[in-house]
Amino acid sequence: MSEENIIKDFPLLKNKQIVYLDSGATAQKPEQVISAIENYYKKINANPHRGAYSLSIEATEEYENTRNKIAKFINAKSAEEIIFTKNATEAFNLIAYSYGMNNVVKDDEIVISIMEHHSNLVPWQAVAKKTSAKLNYMYINDEFELSDEEIENKITDKTKIVGITHVSNVLGTINNIEKIVKYAHKKGAVVVVDVSQSIPHMKIDVQKIDADFVVFSGHKMLAPMGIGILYGKKEILNKMPPFLMGGDMIEYVYEQDTTFAPLPNKFEAGTQNVEGVVGLGSAIDYISSIGYETIQKIESDVVSYAIEKLSNLDFIKLYMTPNVQNHQAVISFNIKGVHPHDVASILDGQGVCVRSGNHCAQPLMRFLGIDSTCRASFYFYNTKEDVDKLVEALNKAYDMFKKYLTT
Amino acid sequence: MEDLTDVYNELIMEHSMNSYNKKNLEHPDYCELGHNPNCGDEITLQVELDGDTIKDMAFSGHGCAISQASTSIMIDTLKGKSVKDAKEIVKTFIEMIKRETKSEEDLKKLEDAIAFKNVSNMPARVKCALLAWHTLEKIFEEM
Repeated sequence: MSEENIIKDFPLLKNKQIVYLDSGATAQKPEQVISAIENYYKKINANPHRGAYSLSIEATEEYENTRNKIAKFINAKSAEEIIFTKNATEAFNLIAYSYGMNNVVKDDEIVISIMEHHSNLVPWQAVAKKTSAKLNYMYINDEFELSDEEIENKITDKTKIVGITHVSNVLGTINNIEKIVKYAHKKGAVVVVDVSQSIPHMKIDVQKIDADFVVFSGHKMLAPMGIGILYGKKEILNKMPPFLMGGDMIEYVYEQDTTFAPLPNKFEAGTQNVEGVVGLGSAIDYISSIGYETIQKIESDVVSYAIEKLSNLDFIKLYMTPNVQNHQAVISFNIKGVHPHDVASILDGQGVCVRSGNHCAQPLMRFLGIDSTCRASFYFYNTKEDVDKLVEALNKAYDMFKKYLTT
Repeated sequence: MEDLTDVYNELIMEHSMNSYNKKNLEHPDYCELGHNPNCGDEITLQVELDGDTIKDMAFSGHGCAISQASTSIMIDTLKGKSVKDAKEIVKTFIEMIKRETKSEEDLKKLEDAIAFKNVSNMPARVKCALLAWHTLEKIFEEM
């Protein structure tokens, strides 16, 4: 698939003369996803699971067929293991409140990595505080990676929950998830894996990973915002109490008591984001039609070109592992002595969109001894020309600042 | 697209990188921390009064060029002014940045701080430009 053919599918990229390097925050949407949502509202819209009329049944089918599609896409054993949430954050909260609060007790340990996004961090703080458990961190080494030693030191017999991101949204580090899951299981802990940053770029097989919970959002993988996925092993989900209560998650409601619906509805209270589900289904079709192999080939060409170009700029500091096989799609950097917000503003003036800030990872920033970074994050619609424009804009930003830099 | 040299101009750059106002006062009457958690910018503002007059001000901390320069230029503008006049200038500056229109005549009293006028076209940076000014407002409330 050529570059032109890919860009052609993305109306925003086609219409705006910008270099979009913030796909780690959210991906642009292809025409196919946008029209699937439009088609849903023009032809299928009704509230699933409610009506006996054929339109509602069609809407229900669309909703449940997408659940099946997602189950297949990530190789879950059954569709009941797929729970729709509003985003990854809600999925983590569901696990923390429904599983964490009920299974962690005083002096237990919860272990997460220092590179977690706040969404896989703050809920665990809440669980640790409420249950008087300890929240321990696995720290990264000088190469911005988690060493086997660190993993084995931190996950102990007291560990009840391990939370780990597959790919860091700041460093791009790919963690050895299978090793962590295996080791945590050996110690009797349940593992929660955040694949929000990885699933847009690589095949996720939940049975191969073997984690107890896997979480991701739709909008980073071409779907609309407001839809997230919680995968959980059926035997664990079955034992968990509902998180949110209300319509559609019940069987019988009496004045004083309620029995709850079986999986997956038990965890899907209230009217759901059906357009988001439809959009996610369409995004999966789109990714499948291009293929992860092609996506990775394009990305690795562009990202390795970016690393090479940025490494050649002596005024740039990169925050990433030197081991390229352990790195993916995200490059954090700073112009030495210049605040990332200034850099991002000047880049924006050149039509280059990068994120600047703490990237919802304040503990990681503090650990690295910095306040913030600029972050360029790539997807398969980015090109080497995008990298050239980034480099040109960075040179311009540096030129504006260099005579004022004292160090 | 714009090259932003009108925002990152000589005056703002000088103040942001090597400000003589970045120091500690020996006898400050007021000391207030201002921060933007989203970007990690933090400044501590010190004010020393002589009756109703702002005798001296200084700041410490770290942040982007716009927040640092805005703090330094604010100090230059307000030093020696009465608290009453300073309050009026702070109000005018905040209104300028938030595009709550002010006449050119009103803006004149901002002196060098008028250099930040173009930040009003950069919504993402409004918070940076206002950090010190909001922090000073908190000090005014304590007075």
